[in-house]
Amino acid sequence: MDNMLSKHDLMQKIQELSFCAVELNLFLDTHPNNTQALRDYSYVLSELQKLKLLYSQKYGPLLGFGESYVGSDYWQWVAEDEKWPWEGDMKI
Amino acid sequence: MWVYEKKLQFPVNVRKKDLKMANAIFTQFGGPNGELAAALRYLSQRVNMPTSKAKGLLNDIGTEELAHVEMIQALIYQLTKDATPQEYKDAGLQGYYGIWDGSIFPSSPLGEPFTTAYINNVGDPIANIYENLAAEEKARSTYEHLLNLTNEPDIIKPLSFLRQREIIHFQRFGELLDDLQLHKEMKTQFVVRKDDK
Repeated sequence: MDNMLSKHDLMQKIQELSFCAVELNLFLDTHPNNTQALRDYSYVLSELQKLKLLYSQKYGPLLGFGESYVGSDYWQWVAEDEKWPWEGDMKI
Repeated sequence: MWVYEKKLQFPVNVRKKDLKMANAIFTQFGGPNGELAAALRYLSQRVNMPTSKAKGLLNDIGTEELAHVEMIQALIYQLTKDATPQEYKDAGLQGYYGIWDGSIFPSSPLGEPFTTAYINNVGDPIANIYENLAAEEKARSTYEHLLNLTNEPDIIKPLSFLRQREIIHFQRFGELLDDLQLHKEMKTQFVVRKDDK
């Protein structure tokens, strides 16, 4: 199902889940024994890993320094036709 | 070790140029209550914290602040993209243009270069956490000032998100303060609670 998402929608889903991960991470920093939050964190993590792998397979690496899947035969990280995050998506 | 992730924490897609608003937003890049100051404050303070919770929280909030620096850069970049010298002049920003052109220099809206004089790291963990609580509140209030200056949804959405993050960070720092005050190695304890009456 996630396979059918557009690049924009897939990124948005990653941003949503990634936000949950940040929020749970900070909560767990001050509540390290909260098992419910820990379960939620594990769930978010497994979903996020699937989506990030799918994204990097279709559109190039999300992370540098050996942290993301590389599928193309050139260094897609610096592809000239790809925008960097701060440049925005004017098609929206 | 830090690793860059090629995504914004929250989308920033501004369709309309607004140089005056970009200038106001500079305060959250290189200004006194800005995201850069926050990141440097927490990432400096984390080193000497007495508990693992404190090291972890300062590390993680400091890291999130770097993502906020990037969102602020995105806002300023997109609000000023392809602006002409005449447009800088019309916005009263010929001084900025004269020095920096369209580049995003870490400064306040008044052109003051960013300085670490905005932050502190005094050794005493309790004093540091109180500074951080105040910093989060000042940043929240700064975002409210910025929100008062625009009706543009493309700008309001990311600014509202960033304002909400200040509230969450304040909450987490409050919990950390409680935790540190109960820590056995703490020499000073200033606890303000209802049940102390």
